[in-house]
Amino acid sequence: METVIQIQDVTKTFVGKDNRVEALKGISLEIHKGEIYGIIGMSGAGKSTLVRCLNFLERPTSGTVLIEGKDLSAMSDGELRRTRTQISMIFQHFNLLMQRTVIDNVCFPLEITKVPRKQALERARELLSIVGLSEKEQAYPAQLSGGQKQRVAIARALATNPKMLLCDEATSALDPTTTRAILALLKEINEKYGITVVIITHEMTVVQEICSHVAIIDEGELAETGTVTEVFQRPKSKAARKLVFQGEDAQPHMEMKGKRCIRIVFTSNSSFEPVIANMVLACKAPVNILLADTRDIGGVAHGQMILQLPEDNQTAENMIQYLKTRKLEVEELDHYVG
Amino acid sequence: MWDSQTILMIVEGTGATLYMTLVSTLIAYLLGLPVGILLVVSAPGGLKPMKALYKALDVVVNILRSIPFLILLMLIIPFTRFIVGRSYGATATIVPLAIAAAPFVARLVESSLLEVDHGVIEAAQSMGASPGTIIWKVLLAEARVSLIVGGTISLGTILGYSAMAGVVGGGGLGDIAIRYGYHRYQADIMIVTVILLVALVQILQMIGTKLSRKLDRRITG
Repeated sequence: METVIQIQDVTKTFVGKDNRVEALKGISLEIHKGEIYGIIGMSGAGKSTLVRCLNFLERPTSGTVLIEGKDLSAMSDGELRRTRTQISMIFQHFNLLMQRTVIDNVCFPLEITKVPRKQALERARELLSIVGLSEKEQAYPAQLSGGQKQRVAIARALATNPKMLLCDEATSALDPTTTRAILALLKEINEKYGITVVIITHEMTVVQEICSHVAIIDEGELAETGTVTEVFQRPKSKAARKLVFQGEDAQPHMEMKGKRCIRIVFTSNSSFEPVIANMVLACKAPVNILLADTRDIGGVAHGQMILQLPEDNQTAENMIQYLKTRKLEVEELDHYVG
Repeated sequence: MWDSQTILMIVEGTGATLYMTLVSTLIAYLLGLPVGILLVVSAPGGLKPMKALYKALDVVVNILRSIPFLILLMLIIPFTRFIVGRSYGATATIVPLAIAAAPFVARLVESSLLEVDHGVIEAAQSMGASPGTIIWKVLLAEARVSLIVGGTISLGTILGYSAMAGVVGGGGLGDIAIRYGYHRYQADIMIVTVILLVALVQILQMIGTKLSRKLDRRITG
């Protein structure tokens, strides 16, 4: 597939008065056309700096950023600005113009590209209907909820028919329900218009929900990349494990030391099948559910669970076998806990 | 003593004060607004950081701001004469007023523009907006309420300064207050001019506040 974003050995060092911060320490990535690419990391990992290097809001200290094969650092200011109209961006705090109506906010990028007012208004109305805000055309951002503001920002970002959409923590200021709705909208846009989407987030659930590929950034370095399924099912790096088992090193696990724990990943089981309860009935021994993060997506169970198995080895084996016959991914966690 | 001549003088004085204030403020903005914009744009971390320009403007503005108005008034008499042809009267007072107010205006504009959310500027940059577009459509447009509030403050301050110019025959209500109220001990004239000055400031302030409220879209409901 066609590579639309290619970054090679990008570093970024911020030099302050008496300190130097190496935000990015040599990152290389390739993002292909039509992907929804997640870049995930803990706060301070450098992911926001990385996404700003993709449109040169932040100039890398070294390394190259190629957008559709063209080197951003070789561009004149004018060329860079023209390229930016093809790489839209949405933000955590929406960044709408507070003194403009919703429709004028959507028209703003079209004013920049000098589209005639009449055409711009037409396009803006079309976009507002796509994001479901047609009736808010004359409202001001201060009158909208967070989710509605982000919808306006998305409409604004799509105005110039961009090839790429960068989302910088776009759902971090929203509640879980609104987050899902916004993610669904992003997915719809990706599928309908073939726009490549890059999502910066610190939440694994966001990546799980819509991304096809993921890169994990840790302390300015690339810890791991791959498809979401790969990384989620078999996280290799420490940073990836930390994100996949979010909150996993918290207190309760200290007590589990030395006992057998497994992690189960649900990807294709029916939501209506009581897998764990059936297993307990079949093996006639209790298990301890240490973590459960599952949800129902269209009748299919998605997510993960961590179980503490009985001490008796035979029963534990039976349970693992049982789960495997139910076509669940099972992974022993002995090496992880403690 | 409240003959028609006195009343006419006071009416004319009010007119002269308004004339000085409005024209000086206008000129002060013509000079101060671009300087304020340049200060924001050229500052470190601004749209187009230009260290030398920023430092130079910063120093000039500070120096001009630190000269007391009365001193400046006398200091630039030769310049005033050169521009207007004389150094007394309302029109001549406009020159030192505008020069004294311009750096003050520049600072007010600077602080208004700095209030604009950096994220919005970044968003405009990410859309490919040029610095000119960002200044015009983001900085000035988003800061308009604060700019109007600043304008109202400037008008009030310049009106106060214009009265001070009365000491050297600057014309307007301040001039009348000093000549009649102070030098001739006509307390009633003094009081009337003071009341008129207070009323003028009140009216200007009211208009400014109304206008800024009306233009602010951030207020909900």
